[in-house]
Amino acid sequence: MLIRILFNRLPLLRDVRFWPIAGQAGLVLLLVGVGTLLGRNLTQNLHQAGIPIGFDFLSAPASFAIGEYLIPYSPSDSIAQALLVGLANTLRVTIIGIIFATLVGFMIGIARLSANPLLHQAATLYIEICRNTPLLLQLLFWYFVGFAQLPHIETQPSAIAGSYITNRGIAIPWFTLTSGSVTWLLLLSLGLLAGIGLRRFRQGDRPQWWVATIAIAILLAAVLTQTGPLAIDLPRISDTNQLEGGLQFSPEFTSLLVGLTLFIGSFIAEIVRAGIQSVPQGQWEAAQALGLKSPIALLTVIVPQALPAIVPPLTNQYLNLLKGTSLAIAIGYPDLYFVANTTFNRAGRAVETMLILIITYLSTNLSISLLMNAFNRSLQIHDR
Amino acid sequence: MSLDPPPLCRSPRWTQKLFDTPLNSLLSVVFLMAIVPGITAVLIWATTQAQWSVLAANVKLFLVGRYPVEWLWRLRIAVALLALVGGMAWGSVQRPQQPWQPLRNRSFLIGVAVAVGIAVMPMVLVAKLSLMLPILLVLLGDGLGRNLPLLRWLPLLGVVSGASLLWLIRGGLGLQQVATANWGGLLLTLFTAAVSLVLSFPLGVLLAFGRQSSLPVLRLTSTIYIEVLRGLPLIGVLFMALVMLPLLLPPDWTRPDPLIAATLGLAMTAAAYLAEVVRGGLQAIPRGQLEAARALGLHPVLTIALVLLPQALRLVLPALAGEAITLFKTTTLLSVFGFMELLGISSSVLANPDFIGRHAEVYLFIGAIYWAFCYLISRVSQSLENRLLDSR
Repeated sequence: MLIRILFNRLPLLRDVRFWPIAGQAGLVLLLVGVGTLLGRNLTQNLHQAGIPIGFDFLSAPASFAIGEYLIPYSPSDSIAQALLVGLANTLRVTIIGIIFATLVGFMIGIARLSANPLLHQAATLYIEICRNTPLLLQLLFWYFVGFAQLPHIETQPSAIAGSYITNRGIAIPWFTLTSGSVTWLLLLSLGLLAGIGLRRFRQGDRPQWWVATIAIAILLAAVLTQTGPLAIDLPRISDTNQLEGGLQFSPEFTSLLVGLTLFIGSFIAEIVRAGIQSVPQGQWEAAQALGLKSPIALLTVIVPQALPAIVPPLTNQYLNLLKGTSLAIAIGYPDLYFVANTTFNRAGRAVETMLILIITYLSTNLSISLLMNAFNRSLQIHDR
Repeated sequence: MSLDPPPLCRSPRWTQKLFDTPLNSLLSVVFLMAIVPGITAVLIWATTQAQWSVLAANVKLFLVGRYPVEWLWRLRIAVALLALVGGMAWGSVQRPQQPWQPLRNRSFLIGVAVAVGIAVMPMVLVAKLSLMLPILLVLLGDGLGRNLPLLRWLPLLGVVSGASLLWLIRGGLGLQQVATANWGGLLLTLFTAAVSLVLSFPLGVLLAFGRQSSLPVLRLTSTIYIEVLRGLPLIGVLFMALVMLPLLLPPDWTRPDPLIAATLGLAMTAAAYLAEVVRGGLQAIPRGQLEAARALGLHPVLTIALVLLPQALRLVLPALAGEAITLFKTTTLLSVFGFMELLGISSSVLANPDFIGRHAEVYLFIGAIYWAFCYLISRVSQSLENRLLDSR
């Protein structure tokens, strides 16, 4: 191309093909020039401040405590481990938040279309308030105002359905493994496999063999282990006013989860409403003509057809939720940004911290997008 | 020709709709049982337990932060100017064919009623005047905008008044300077939101065209910029702007003002989001428009400025307003970095031992302020949209 331009009979500057190439070369030069200049400034500044560059600091002991962790952690662990703890905390809030926000969003979005004026007005009010106030303010509100209204732990509140809801956190009953859990798992999977095998060979037999094999497996397991597959761990309040046992949610985690769920849920609600309204009215009428009641028609006829319009903007909201978890720093939940910020304050490694943040958030974003795009494609196949 | 449906059935009444089917009745009852105790509890709290005095005692902090008291008159003038120009802008985008009839205009009557209400309220004269004057100026500007052909002068008016606002707030050129560290409250929130919106707009439009361009280098650069800044949490971008910017500047330069760095961070992120919105508008323009402009021999720059951009922006106006609202709300993140904007100043008010535990009152108050401004933005955008639809 370049050679053809150079050996053309036209003057170079009059050639339409010349300018785009020259402009782009200029842009590349500009970018490289600015990049080197900034890079030189950066190395000079870091040199003056006596900060080395490199990721070796990640293996140094973190020596700061983290309030809650899913993977084992103590202050003597490495900085890399601390960052992993932060990432796990971020993913925990993101995944649970996505589930709850989707539920809330669909419920409110459908309520917004309800013929019941009370429901409709309440849904509209909720959406108007949550969408038009800052997320950070809502988080602070749930943390400082919402949690303060709950019963104080010092008053030893009584359990509701085995769960404690106090100003120091929430604890619900949860399962723990027993001595027989492994035996139970083994025998149950054996029973299931045997059932599947039998069904392969004796297709069409009236008695469902897999029911029998699993029943035998359960009997065997019960006799052998003398315990249940899982025990239930009831939470309690200790003498020192601490929540013990069960599955516990700290005030920080719960406030963040509630705030993100309600905020993102209000945006999802509008997406769901728009999606449902985009389904032609004839579909409603056809469902009615077939004798479907309106809740059934909504779930089996309307929502499946609305999903292709809902999923792409829904993906955006999931990404917003992931990014919103970084506000955890304002209420002290140790998410990835919180831990990275603590690391930066202690080790002073601005460039490395920034790179870690960029790479982690972008790759998490990308994974959510890829998952949702795959889901979106699976919806398209059913479309005619 | 259209036929009106025969008046066979009247639409059911509000109360009938609540109990028309068993499911609806159940929903209504359960809902009322859940919501009535909640509303009564909040009402009892608001009237008996809440101590609203925390707001009255700190009203200056909430509005302008630690701005020196002796220079407050400058801000009053700034508000008056903003009210007048805002009213003129609002009035001039209203439908021109309608003659101005103030007594038939609902917003005008509401404005007058509010002004009269303030006039009879038991308040200090200065407070009364500083609340009443802006409202009356908005109404005056609205009248001027409707009756004078101001629409073509709006850009010039915007630039001039923007510059004078900056001069009044910041000082310099004959006025005493007020350091940005002393700006705070609603003043700082509005300032950062407005400045970053204005800065992000040209950058966002450039990036949108860059991403649409057929030149691979330009397209790649724009795409990377947009995707990275959209993928990162804003708090991370602000961290970079505040921590990395001083490191990227030559060592012998003075450290940049943190407010400028943070506003740049906000603007750069907003530009990435704006670019995607504008790109959506560009993609929605029929290809024939571009071809027609080419056939007329229009220069590419003029094609963009006169054909593509006006149509694209008109198409995505609601989404643009959405971005403005998002930007306005995200200025709260500045409080994480110690800026005393509306949320930051309320944290420092709440740290005062006199007002300990008054979180609910303060958060509800500033929540109402944020809500009011977001509502205003969406209303203005709706009005603008109607006006643009009319002029087609």
